[in-house]
Amino acid sequence: MAVNTDFIGRTYPPTAPYAVSRAKIREFAEAVGATDPVHTDVEAARAAGHADVIATPTFAVMIGQQCDAQYVADPEAGVDYSRVVHGEQRFIHHRPMVAGDEITGTLTIDSIRQAGGHSMVTMRSELNTLAGAPVATSLSTIVVRGGE
Amino acid sequence: MTRRAFADVSVGDALPETTVHITRATLVQYAGASLDRNPIHWDERFAQSVGLPDVIAHGMFTMGAAATTVEDWAGDAGAVVELGTRFTKPVVVSYDEGADVVYGGKVTALDEQTRQATLEVSATCGEDKVLGRCTARVQLA
Repeated sequence: MAVNTDFIGRTYPPTAPYAVSRAKIREFAEAVGATDPVHTDVEAARAAGHADVIATPTFAVMIGQQCDAQYVADPEAGVDYSRVVHGEQRFIHHRPMVAGDEITGTLTIDSIRQAGGHSMVTMRSELNTLAGAPVATSLSTIVVRGGE
Repeated sequence: MTRRAFADVSVGDALPETTVHITRATLVQYAGASLDRNPIHWDERFAQSVGLPDVIAHGMFTMGAAATTVEDWAGDAGAVVELGTRFTKPVVVSYDEGADVVYGGKVTALDEQTRQATLEVSATCGEDKVLGRCTARVQLA
């Protein structure tokens, strides 16, 4: 089944809030070898001007992928997940994500392009606080390999 | 750490080269932390059953380690305002040898108005460029 181009421009409802915790920030920072104490030490983070420990630059992928799952799992979208490869990823940080944030993501399908028998889908998730303040934008492009 | 000053940075400045050694333990730790538990990243029988030569690293691990090199250069993790990449080649992580990814990069542009630097980041494993068009934008002091 081909990827359904009717989904271009479609926006999904905001996801359930993701509570950003000190423990997950620490685990994620350790897993990517980040040693800046602003990820693990509240005093160091406050001394650097942050409200609490801050997430590493790619932490937001966990929330972005929760957003993306809504599209990928939508049977009408025509995405065969066993043929999906992560092609590109970009984060734009409007401010550091900080422990205590409650983040909700709103997914929009920005584009679906065909190239070399494959489909490239770019998903944009706007990650905001519950009050609607922008925190980060995640742009994720998946490649859905064409069938033989 | 202290945030790097705009006045101290020039176009062409190089990021220090760093090597990240990846083993199966690295990938299991990243799988647990990130909740990306796809077995192609830790189970070689499964990886080979879907046509891969061996276990491969999470692309998002390779990108996350690139982010670490950028925040270390910036001197403040909160200074990384944008980071993007293409995933061009997988990092194959063998049981015995693991894999080494070498990170580097350079400053390609400076904006006096915003005091931001644009960096081009490189990540190579053996002969393979594993991240393509990897760029970061950093807010300097």
